[in-house]
Amino acid sequence: MIGLEPVARPDAPLARRNPVAKLAAALVFSVALVATLDPVAPAIAIAVELAALPLFGVRLRVLARRAWPLLASAGGILVTLVLFAAERSGRVLVDAGPVVVTSGVLLTALGLVLRMFAVALPGVIVVATTDPTDLADALVQNAKAPARFAYGALAAFRLVPLLGQEWRMISMARRARGVDAGRNPLARLRLFASTAFTLLVGAIRRGTRLAVAMDARGFDATTPRTVARRQHFGKADALLVAGAAVLAGGALTASVLLGTFRPLIG
Amino acid sequence: MAAVTLRGFGWRHAGRKRWAVRDLDLRVEHGERVLLLGPSGAGKSTLLAALAGLLPEDTGEQEGTVEIDGLDPSKARERVGIVFQDPESQLVMARSGDDVAFGLENRGVPAEEIWPRVDEALRRVGFPYDRDRPTAALSGGEQQRLALAGVLALRPGLLLLDEPTANLDPTGAALVRNAVARTRDADTTLILVEHRVAESLPLVDRVVVLEPGGGVRADGTPEAVFAAHGDALAAEGVWVPGRPIPPRRATAPAGDVLLAAEGLGLPPRLGAVDLAVRGGEALAVLGPNGAGKSTLALLLGGLLKPGTGQVTATAELAGGDVRTPPHRWRAPALARRIGSVFQDPEHQFVTSTVFDELALGPRRTGRPEPEVRSTVDALLERLRLSALAAANPYTLSGGEARRLSVATALATAPRLLICDEPTFGQDRRTWLELVDLFADLRDAGHGVVTVTHDAEFVAALADRQVLLERR
Amino acid sequence: MTQPTTTRWRTVDVIVAAVIAVAFGVIFWAWGLLWRGVDPAFAFFPAAQAIMYGVWLVPAVLGGLVIRKPGAALFCEAVAATVSALLGSEWGGITIVQGLIQGLGAELAFAAFRYRSFRLPTALLAGALTGLGAALFDFFVWNVEYAMGSYRIPYALLTIVSATLIAGAGAWYLTRALAGTGALDRFPAGRERAAV
Ligand SMILES: Nc1ncnc2c1ncn2[C@@H]1O[C@H](COP(=O)(O)OP(=O)(O)OP(=O)(O)O)[C@@H](O)[C@H]1O
Ligand SMILES: Nc1ncnc2c1ncn2[C@@H]1O[C@H](COP(=O)(O)OP(=O)(O)OP(=O)(O)O)[C@@H](O)[C@H]1O
Ligand SMILES: [Mg+2]
Ligand SMILES: [Mg+2]
Repeated sequence: MIGLEPVARPDAPLARRNPVAKLAAALVFSVALVATLDPVAPAIAIAVELAALPLFGVRLRVLARRAWPLLASAGGILVTLVLFAAERSGRVLVDAGPVVVTSGVLLTALGLVLRMFAVALPGVIVVATTDPTDLADALVQNAKAPARFAYGALAAFRLVPLLGQEWRMISMARRARGVDAGRNPLARLRLFASTAFTLLVGAIRRGTRLAVAMDARGFDATTPRTVARRQHFGKADALLVAGAAVLAGGALTASVLLGTFRPLIG
Repeated sequence: MAAVTLRGFGWRHAGRKRWAVRDLDLRVEHGERVLLLGPSGAGKSTLLAALAGLLPEDTGEQEGTVEIDGLDPSKARERVGIVFQDPESQLVMARSGDDVAFGLENRGVPAEEIWPRVDEALRRVGFPYDRDRPTAALSGGEQQRLALAGVLALRPGLLLLDEPTANLDPTGAALVRNAVARTRDADTTLILVEHRVAESLPLVDRVVVLEPGGGVRADGTPEAVFAAHGDALAAEGVWVPGRPIPPRRATAPAGDVLLAAEGLGLPPRLGAVDLAVRGGEALAVLGPNGAGKSTLALLLGGLLKPGTGQVTATAELAGGDVRTPPHRWRAPALARRIGSVFQDPEHQFVTSTVFDELALGPRRTGRPEPEVRSTVDALLERLRLSALAAANPYTLSGGEARRLSVATALATAPRLLICDEPTFGQDRRTWLELVDLFADLRDAGHGVVTVTHDAEFVAALADRQVLLERR
Repeated sequence: MTQPTTTRWRTVDVIVAAVIAVAFGVIFWAWGLLWRGVDPAFAFFPAAQAIMYGVWLVPAVLGGLVIRKPGAALFCEAVAATVSALLGSEWGGITIVQGLIQGLGAELAFAAFRYRSFRLPTALLAGALTGLGAALFDFFVWNVEYAMGSYRIPYALLTIVSATLIAGAGAWYLTRALAGTGALDRFPAGRERAAV
């Protein structure tokens, strides 16, 4: 089933921070790390991220469960690099026809894989600790996002688990009608497409009804909205963003000082 | 406090040739409590939407005028509150209290007044949980009461309710009606739409019946309206109270067992159930919202894998497949033996025309094309769908979609038919047709299992009942 | 098929745009269930990955074609990216940046026709431009270390072709099919159907 609730302890010191601050911190951190290709800076960043886990109240197991599909991507990076590396410097380790593996290739692969993890993890951590309602409130109150769009998206987001259940019902209804795909991949693809279409039709109808219900409660009124739940963006929140910037900068600086830094562009 | 005046009002939805409502002259005074009736498609929901100012200009064409206290509905929105039939698509927020607060925020109510008003509204509808209760964890009846609270918190002068109890079990429906009764004060005008009239009569003091072609068919106190027009209204599909429905009992004793369940369950949705379904028998499964009735229907229908216990089909039903449980049968074999009709008809539609929809099952089970055609034509005829053979199934009205979904399950002539809430939201005419159809099937030796909240349906058709308890 | 559009978003525009994005989030999730075990293998066939790319970009073009308001494609793709991040996508926050860049591509195509044309050529252009957005992002952010001639350029081209066909033409056909079901009756896209 699709779960929407945050999976972390909500009272952890950093999990309690303003959602916009958390999101900004994660983006600052990720974007800084995208800028380098060396293995050192991401390695330091990953160490920082893991060290911050307890402060966010996220357990390692939860993180691992969410992030494990990255391992497949890591394998993909390795294979692609072996076949298509731009440079093959260093000692030749394997030489079998088109497959040439050198120490340089392996080092590059290590850099890319670490970078991928370093870039992805902050977002995963923030999402695991953030309630969607709080995020929408904070986007509107602290980031000046337009309320109609933020709450509209939030209301639609509430349909995710419902649509997940609907998917199962539609699949069962197909079977009851005598439609199944067996092992034929093409038939499976067709069945998937027709199920997806039915889901989409139902979702749009539901969305239309929801919009009417929201208008009935004044969502399109021109009076300025008030807020029932205050989101506060304080010093601690600003510090979190600044901290993320400083730590990411630190990781890059360390890499520069060690002479390993390889900028993305240039 | 609000009064409603309609003068020659009409509305045609964009993309339609027919007017949904037309030539309507009506006045509802401050504090009146009106039950609005009419057969399916008569335009009741459209009228409520017009009163709530929810028919934007670009979605259709208007004739005549609507006024709330002398104002155009789009300017009187703050005075009107509306609750719809489907609770799931009118809740906006993830937490119950936030959802009630949503409307207050939109209307710009000062922040410090919001929570006291939320608490008051929740108390008025008898909401049993605190404000942080996730809306996803509420039963249908609880969700519907929450939706009502969200509207009452806005203190509307005109309260519009469009079939607020249609999805609910009798207890949940009673709770919602009680909540409505508790709002009874001289300051609130009420207009209620409900197919099942008898239960709603205590809430109202006036009945207005819409004529499908346009205008008002009848108007007055309930006693006067039903005394003068009872028979004609009943014939057109209105549920006129005090008109008993002749039961259709089985004409022969039940036959052999088709399907047996032993300790069948799927924790935590359904506890262990033992039952047997026979040919020539109509079995009704009853129970409160969330008792697991739909889950049981899916398990019996071979669509879900049992969590505990087992389902066994006898040779009578399964032919060569007696050794495998139904949930492992290939889909075409399953469709030939057990027909399932889902709670929501739209889930079931696979093709883009009514004809193809009915032909799908027979084709999948490998019948020759001429036979498919004759089967489909016979079903179209029987369920009054012939004129719609080329229509897209999703464009049908509620009653037509329900009839089609039943027909699709019948197309493969399964020995066993399992229907989930087949009569929900139906007017009296469709309802009587469905009873006849199921009774004919049963008398021809088929097994019929229906999951339902509808006590009258059970009284009219069922030979035996199974009651599931909430766990 | 030109429509005079008011630019103000009605509530139904906001919600249905978001719902389209959410529904695709669920569809992608179901795709993951169906092809679990096959999916990681995809990671090892870069060409297959690029050919499938268009599928992820359908919401942007579909949103633009259905809603027909400035910002619709961008909003749809941004919500789709946020949903996939919130559903626990392993890529985390960076998907949101990526989604914005892709959405911007489709948005530019509709803007180029001043939000007045929603025919097949417009849809194809929207598909191609979201594909271009996606391809540029991958080209500069994820694929830098790969060989230019044998990998980076073919991958980018395949992505654009796939986006043009699957996201562009696919979303156009999908809009027509949706209109046929009556689900789009509240939108100009649905009213081009004959009255019944
Ligand atoms: N959004 C819409 N677009 C086009 N046609 C519509 C729309 N809503 C309703 N209609 C049509 O208008 C007519 C009146 O529908 P309405 O929903 O008001 O009926 P109703 O009296 O509430 O019926 P029911 O008892 O089945 O709910 C029907 O023919 C219906 O198909
Ligand atoms: N796909 C699902 N996953 C998890 N729990 C579910 C699922 N579907 C239903 N449930 C839960 O299982 C219980 C039984 O659900 P079911 O739909 O069988 O009840 P029901 O008796 O048919 O109720 P209703 O009268 O409202 O239709 C409910 O508590 C429901 O919330
Ligand atoms: Mg109605
Ligand atoms: Mg049920």
